[in-house]
Amino acid sequence: MKLLYFAWVRERIGKPQEDVELPAGISTVGDLMAWLAKRGDEYAHAFENPRVIRAAIDRTHVRPETAIGGAREIAFFPPMTGG
Amino acid sequence: MPATIRLQREPFDAAAETAALTRGRTDMGAVVAFTGICRGAEDGAPIAALTLEHYPGMAEAEIARHVEEAQSRWALLGVTVIHRFGRIAPGEPIVLVLAASSHRHDAFAAAEFLMDYLKARAPFWKQVEVAGATSWVEAKQSDDGAVERWREPAPGRRDAAE
Repeated sequence: MKLLYFAWVRERIGKPQEDVELPAGISTVGDLMAWLAKRGDEYAHAFENPRVIRAAIDRTHVRPETAIGGAREIAFFPPMTGG
Repeated sequence: MPATIRLQREPFDAAAETAALTRGRTDMGAVVAFTGICRGAEDGAPIAALTLEHYPGMAEAEIARHVEEAQSRWALLGVTVIHRFGRIAPGEPIVLVLAASSHRHDAFAAAEFLMDYLKARAPFWKQVEVAGATSWVEAKQSDDGAVERWREPAPGRRDAAE
């Protein structure tokens, strides 16, 4: 599965994207964030306050409780500040 | 309804975009044009530049979804949304929303709706350069509040095909 990171989430993790194999038992976006947070200090820093992190599955906004299902691309980013 | 959605690094010309939207049309009685501009200072501190990051693919899709929703809520005859990314200097334009309708009410409402959604839901992130240091702009609670008020059905809702 392809993961994308933007803005300070990208900076903290140190890369804009990566491909990962998800272990069994990860069914929601929130589960994925909790798993990522344990992958190292940089991930722990990025996901230290998961409540502020926004996510999108296949380019559509989703909530932490959303099931990952057959997602091809999941993105994590801070609250948006466009316009 | 013609809808133009563009993401670009280059500046845009709001007057030329408005002329392109209305050219040859005699049914448009109102065009509301909103341009967001990079300020030169924030809370008294001079800003050297803003740099906008975006999520290519999702940004266009998210704007298109909100243009479609605007179309379903108001009687629009044309919409243009242009959002820049990359480095933007003070005084330069960042975003353009044009909403055309037969009458002003729908054009004003749609332009405001689109801007409120762009600020809170379109995947763009601003980084600000102040005195040689860069920092990410924090999202404002008031931007989420601005989106919430549109959850009420629009008064005088009409079908876009009328």
